Amino acid sequence: MSMLTPFKRASGLGTTNDGVHHWWMQRLTAVALTPLTLWMVFAVAAHAGDDYASVAAWFAQPMTTTLLTLFVFTTFLHAAQGLTVIIEDYLHHEGAKFAALIGMKLVLVLLGVSSTLSILRVAFAG
Amino acid sequence: MAEFTLPANSVVKTGKTWAAPAGATRVKNFRIYRYDPDSGENPRWDTYQIDLDQCGPMVLDALLKIKNEIDPSLTFRRSCREGICGSCSMNIGGTNTLACIKAIDAFDGDVQISPLPHMEVVKDLVPDLTHFYAQYASIKPWMQTQTPAPPDREHLQSPEDRKKLDGLYECILCASCSTSCPSYWWNSDRYLGPAVLLQAYRWVVDSRDEATGDRLDNLEDPFRLYRCHTIMNCTNTCPKGLNPAKAIAELKKKMIERR
Ligand code: SF4
Ligand code: FES
Repeated sequence: MSMLTPFKRASGLGTTNDGVHHWWMQRLTAVALTPLTLWMVFAVAAHAGDDYASVAAWFAQPMTTTLLTLFVFTTFLHAAQGLTVIIEDYLHHEGAKFAALIGMKLVLVLLGVSSTLSILRVAFAG
Repeated sequence: MAEFTLPANSVVKTGKTWAAPAGATRVKNFRIYRYDPDSGENPRWDTYQIDLDQCGPMVLDALLKIKNEIDPSLTFRRSCREGICGSCSMNIGGTNTLACIKAIDAFDGDVQISPLPHMEVVKDLVPDLTHFYAQYASIKPWMQTQTPAPPDREHLQSPEDRKKLDGLYECILCASCSTSCPSYWWNSDRYLGPAVLLQAYRWVVDSRDEATGDRLDNLEDPFRLYRCHTIMNCTNTCPKGLNPAKAIAELKKKMIERR
């Protein structure tokens, strides 16, 4: 039986004094992803069916390398922020929640780093 | 995990039907959620057939008629019967609202009535609002000032500043909005919910209050404020026509403004 008063229960462990940054970054990445995704879709469609050599040449253009890297970075950052919120919303067991949050971040870092390296490899090594 | 199904002892069974009196012409069925914790039984839907020619126009009139004339065991809260006390909030026809200002003829078929969603039920249509009120207390819903009021009068406020409280001061804390919010269902242990956040904003924008910074500090938290995902059920359901979602958006704007 718990003898906590309702007020004690409602106050919990107090505020964490953060949340604004996460909320703002989620909006910023969403805004940035709008043009980046549009560009990505059109660019990939424009190169559909091209052979490896011409795609690699396109990757090697500084603008393409930059935008591709930005797209990958922003996508995974935005995904990490969104998944964090979803996990916090629905996983209520503290242990499971922490494990899921850490696991999710590690997987996204792995995916983000390997995608970025793949882009750079094609861009610089051909 | 968040709960998506009812536990076995909360599954609602079909209950009793109370037939309309002989000779009734305009009969309406009221399907009402019944739960008595002392009986040890599952909750049930009881159906009451009411002759609308012998009943007032509002859903609360029907509930009172049932309690007074048909089944005195039916339990619900009410007081002012004019939409100002917030006691009679419940889920009617799938939407949280106030029984005393909801007209029966707004519903074509049967009228289904259950307590505010996702709250512990004390009995029948009475939910346990203890935590909701404690959350309200946690935002310190009173004026805080360092500067004493002038000796001969109260703190002054210009008409323009007073206008900023319109759409906020009318809130009667009926909890319809908070209990319509999925985020509040899953995370009310930490998320304050639309009603309490609207009240928090009411003090944040009050030109006379001097604790604005402390108030915002107290809200800056991934759960207390930022569990709001702009679902907008709150604004849809508010029986007073207020816009808690907008108040929450204004709080988020203030948070950005002071970074
Ligand atoms: S904002 Fe509306 S629905 Fe929410 S508590 Fe206030 S009056 Fe009720
Ligand atoms: S009885 Fe007071 S709001 Fe309905």
